[in-house]
Amino acid sequence: MKRPFSITRLSAMLLKEFNHMRRDRTTMGMMVVIPLMQLILFGFAINTDPKALPTAIYSADTSEYTRDFTAALVNTGYFHIVKETRSQEHLDEMLTRGQVQFAIFIPENFTRRLIKGERPQILVEADATDPVATGSAISALNAIKPRVMTRDLKGITMANPPAPPAFDVVVHRRYNPENITQYNIVPGLMGVVLTMTLVMITGLAVTRERERGTMENLLAMPVRPMEVMLGKILPYVLVGYIQATIILMAAAFLFRVPVEGSLTMLSGATILFMIANLGVGFTFSTVAQNQLQAVQMTFFFFLPSVLLSGFMFPFRGMPVWAQAIGEILPLTHFLRIARGILLKGSHFADIQADLLALVAFVIVSTGIAMARYRQTLD
Amino acid sequence: MTAATASAARADDPLAIDVHGLVKSFDGKVVVDDFSLAIPEGKIFGFLGPNGSGKTTTLRMLCGLLTPDSGEGTCLGLDLRDEAPLIKRQTGYMTQKFSLYEDLTIKENLDFVARLYEMDRRTERVEESLKHLGLYARRDQQTGTLSGGWKQRLALAACTLHEPRLLLLDEPTAGVDPNARREFWDEIHALAETGITVLVSTHYMDEAERCHEIVYLAYGKLLAKGTIANIIDNTALYTWRANGKNADRLASKLRGCDGVEMAVAFGADLHVSGTDEAALEAAIAPYRHEEGIEWFRHKPTLEDVFIHLTAGSKDNFS
Ligand SMILES: Nc1ncnc2c1ncn2[C@@H]1O[C@H](COP(=O)(O)OP(=O)(O)O)[C@@H](O)[C@H]1O
Ligand SMILES: [Mg+2]
Repeated sequence: MKRPFSITRLSAMLLKEFNHMRRDRTTMGMMVVIPLMQLILFGFAINTDPKALPTAIYSADTSEYTRDFTAALVNTGYFHIVKETRSQEHLDEMLTRGQVQFAIFIPENFTRRLIKGERPQILVEADATDPVATGSAISALNAIKPRVMTRDLKGITMANPPAPPAFDVVVHRRYNPENITQYNIVPGLMGVVLTMTLVMITGLAVTRERERGTMENLLAMPVRPMEVMLGKILPYVLVGYIQATIILMAAAFLFRVPVEGSLTMLSGATILFMIANLGVGFTFSTVAQNQLQAVQMTFFFFLPSVLLSGFMFPFRGMPVWAQAIGEILPLTHFLRIARGILLKGSHFADIQADLLALVAFVIVSTGIAMARYRQTLD
Repeated sequence: MTAATASAARADDPLAIDVHGLVKSFDGKVVVDDFSLAIPEGKIFGFLGPNGSGKTTTLRMLCGLLTPDSGEGTCLGLDLRDEAPLIKRQTGYMTQKFSLYEDLTIKENLDFVARLYEMDRRTERVEESLKHLGLYARRDQQTGTLSGGWKQRLALAACTLHEPRLLLLDEPTAGVDPNARREFWDEIHALAETGITVLVSTHYMDEAERCHEIVYLAYGKLLAKGTIANIIDNTALYTWRANGKNADRLASKLRGCDGVEMAVAFGADLHVSGTDEAALEAAIAPYRHEEGIEWFRHKPTLEDVFIHLTAGSKDNFS
């Protein structure tokens, strides 16, 4: 009679929640539209393969070879030379001010050392604050090296064709030591969208009952805390799953983001991550008096998640205290897992530690939610 | 009115509610103070009192939604504190504010309740209930679109679906038209005939008269309980009634006179009451022979008594 858990009662809660969802077209529409909208907004950044990036060049040496290098550079389509300067300071200044994306320096004696076979260097400095923008250009840069070399030095090196290029292009990425690649944004986006929508939606689902007075009726009936919590969490796992699928599909088909690792493993990790966030939402709902407060608390959780998880800024570039906070947040671990699986093809052993961190978070957050949940109106 | 059943506390009657000294305060303000009540099984008790007197709070304590600060007792023989989940199973509580899901259909709401109570023959019971309500044809309509009267009837059906032994109804007929109220009360009496105990709060005097006994609460204190006749007899209140042309205009003149506790106009009638018989007569003497007004000695009505009790307790309160 006094069973702590009943499948029938849980099914009552689940069914009811699904019925609410069916009727609440606006919220459900938002749940689908938000990830799509975000993805398309970010998608331009992911997808654009920006060409004709403003470039300044300081050629301290002028010869057939340097002219040829410059021409090859322009031919890639990625570089648009806006300025040929004659001073190192001016070159630096233009990069610092963001007037150009690339600053290229060809040193004195380049031609002489090239002919002597001393492997001179060309220095390319890239403003990598926007790594998405510079990534393809840098790859293109690397590709032109052999071509320049083979064409220009053909006459000289006919006797013994050299395998290594006769000069080096040294690339300095400035302002973004971690050099996040363009694809990082997608797994990150998945985590961010799930964090925001899921924490908010459970918070709202419970506080709405309190606001409308239906909570009083619910509490007067023999439903147990665990059943209420699962009833408010499980339906939204499904919603989150749909969101995650939308993002992944769009990422793979629209933007050709690679999927290196196991999607099954990613699904498992995603479900865990969703439960972690739903647990947070449920905990908030035990504190918040109304829906407005639930939304405010969601942002209170959302902001550090976005800022300190490594989504916005490179995790290793953050101060120690910020990293410590970041380690607590589920998004941090989910980002590592998702990036690992999608981009690096990580195996279970690689993501084990982060999975464990998520499990711990789920246990703590749902534990707090259960402890705080009141079966009375006191 | 059903024949006033004698005393509530006949020793051999099983008691559906038996609580002593319940106290509840919010933020240091005592809202229910030393509340004791015994209700025998199968009786309809009316719960009256001005707004904010603690009726809802008391009902919530009885069904386990609020924990009393002190006091103890039993509902349906189960301990109020330790066995609240078991009390919930056999109690139907109808909240003051409509608290079914307005975005769900009528049928979905009843089905939800039936599942939560893990009832057998769920589909049939829900269907029976819908037919009994007369809402079978509208079962797929969203609950929020129902009129006030229908909402109340549906809420009653929802809280009786699991065949409770105790019903706690919190102002179930507030804002409902007289016809719907009468039908609602017919339903309550039908339920009581099957042995269900009912404690129902109300502001309507005609509804009070349809209860077996009355409990009157004001400012957290229980001021009177018993049958209507008992309550009237036990209150030493004397009332004169004036009837005739402009009799109601005298109310303002009499109010505040020595011996007059209250002077209330009811249409063209005037009720003047006080606890001191002689002083009251002295107070009305100047108006006794006024042209066109007849004076009668009058048995106080329940309303007179309540106004008197409330006024008295307000003085104590402040
Ligand atoms: N949860 C609560 N927190 C603070 N005060 C409350 C709460 N519930 C009721 N009260 C106060 O207790 C008093 C009695 O309220 P209530 O029991 O609703 O009276 P009634 O139902 O007789 O109108 C009111 O003054 C009300 O403001
Ligand atoms: Mg009330």
